[in-house]
Amino acid sequence: MSTDVKTAPPATQETVQRTTANGIKLPIYMDNHATTQLDPRVLEEMLPYFMEKFGNAASRNHPFGWVAEEAVELSRERIAKLIGATAKEIIFTSGATESDNLAIKGVAEMYREKGNHIITAVTEHKAVLDTCKHLEKGGFRVTYLPVQKDGLVDLDDLKRAMDDKTILVTIMAANNEIGVVQPLAEIGKLCRERGVIFHTDAVQAIGKIPVDVNKMNIDVASITAHKLYGPKGVGALYVRRKNPRVQLVPIIDGGGHERGMRSGTLNVPGIVGLGKACALALEDMPQESVKISGLRDRLRDKIMGRLDEVYINGSTEHRLPGNLNISFAYVEGESLLMGINDIAVSSGSACTSATLEPSYVLKALGTGDDLAHSSIRFGIGRFNTEAEIDYVADRVVETVERLRELSPLYEMAKEGVDLKSVKWAAEAH
Amino acid sequence: MSYSDKVIDHYNHPRNVGSMDKSSTDVGTGLVGAPECGDVMKLQIKVNPETSVIEDAKFKTFGCGSAIASSSLATEWVKGKTIDEALAIKNTEIVKELALPPVKIHCSVLAEDAIRAAIGDWKKKQEATKPVGVQAAQ
Repeated sequence: MSTDVKTAPPATQETVQRTTANGIKLPIYMDNHATTQLDPRVLEEMLPYFMEKFGNAASRNHPFGWVAEEAVELSRERIAKLIGATAKEIIFTSGATESDNLAIKGVAEMYREKGNHIITAVTEHKAVLDTCKHLEKGGFRVTYLPVQKDGLVDLDDLKRAMDDKTILVTIMAANNEIGVVQPLAEIGKLCRERGVIFHTDAVQAIGKIPVDVNKMNIDVASITAHKLYGPKGVGALYVRRKNPRVQLVPIIDGGGHERGMRSGTLNVPGIVGLGKACALALEDMPQESVKISGLRDRLRDKIMGRLDEVYINGSTEHRLPGNLNISFAYVEGESLLMGINDIAVSSGSACTSATLEPSYVLKALGTGDDLAHSSIRFGIGRFNTEAEIDYVADRVVETVERLRELSPLYEMAKEGVDLKSVKWAAEAH
Repeated sequence: MSYSDKVIDHYNHPRNVGSMDKSSTDVGTGLVGAPECGDVMKLQIKVNPETSVIEDAKFKTFGCGSAIASSSLATEWVKGKTIDEALAIKNTEIVKELALPPVKIHCSVLAEDAIRAAIGDWKKKQEATKPVGVQAAQ
């Protein structure tokens, strides 16, 4: 075996920053649903907990432990305050995927005697969908609710799906692709009336829009730090302690940390970061959501004012401030990304994913595969500027125009050919 | 995904973009792929009926960068070739020239299909315009 100490890879060509004539740093990061840049104020608060204050929060017999524990408890309070919970209702995890797994598997196993039916929606994150699929193999029955054209769950569908064996409803707060915000309070009310536990994957919503676990009757909620300008690898789960008291069977066995629900030594610097990120979000949300939705609308107007046949995917009314998901008809998403390679965004195109299937979220809205292949997700965040928005709009418009000149579909559409009526000689491979 | 320099070059400077009159008897048009699959290529050739040499080629493509590059390259390669020489172009040669990764091989297959479809269309037109006697002699 080699004894070389490997260091992190150096910045590659793509990550080296360039600056435009008017001072915009390239590439521009506009993929804030994937992850966010750590806020410098968060980093500052985390730093002492790597070296000086390195104690194990579970060490009860010396100040190293006490200092770490104190920091962890402050974080718990800060997270709880952001969502209207109490500190004791917050347990720490490694992130959103673990939180979703623990919530769903933990509730399923704990309440199995009561029933075996779980309700979720087709547009959920894979961390929820794959967990549900896993439970199906173990004898649980799962209803995957469809969504309406705007991406929202139909409350009547939910009502109809509930039966006397339903123990859990898990519906996300805001969607990671289209930013659509589900009617949490209404879902929570239905669940409470029927004595069903309501879990929400709130990772995209928390810190961006108000989420109140009591007003919305949320019983369990998944949180992660890196979507709200905190560090990666740390998350939390809100677990209601009263009215009703929710219990979970742990998925990790060990020292019984976190009220027995999640064993493992706490990631103290990460937890400090998550807490600070929540405190900043609580403080800044009113101004920040106005600023970010203003930037989003500016981008939308600049693009839609200059291009025809551009479609917004998902509700424009019930939506995260920073999300814009648009399909550019007759242009394939990956080729568009290639043309705007100084801007970091995502596409729902098949070619950008390993599965060769276009986005299942867009398909669930009834967006045709052709338009799903043409979609781009812009995720605007705290550090984006108006100058960046203008630059992005210009680059998108000129690239779409160029690619449409190259597109046989655009040409056919302009000639009046109905593309739906064409008998396509699809690949025979 | 990282692209080869050749794919990037074809994407940034596609060769022979455009359209020819598809009703013209010496123009063959191939339209392959489907919007739902994320790839549609239109490749057109203009053939000299005396020599069967492809004198001009044009394309338009809806698809990823590799699909654009594959069809752009196909137009370059068929120009100046006879129909039979063009039919001998294999998708594997396109894969090699553009250094396409395995997930993009379907783009090269589609480009080969487009060449064949364009030639097929041209041949059909030739047969339709030929005198009956000549057709029977073939």
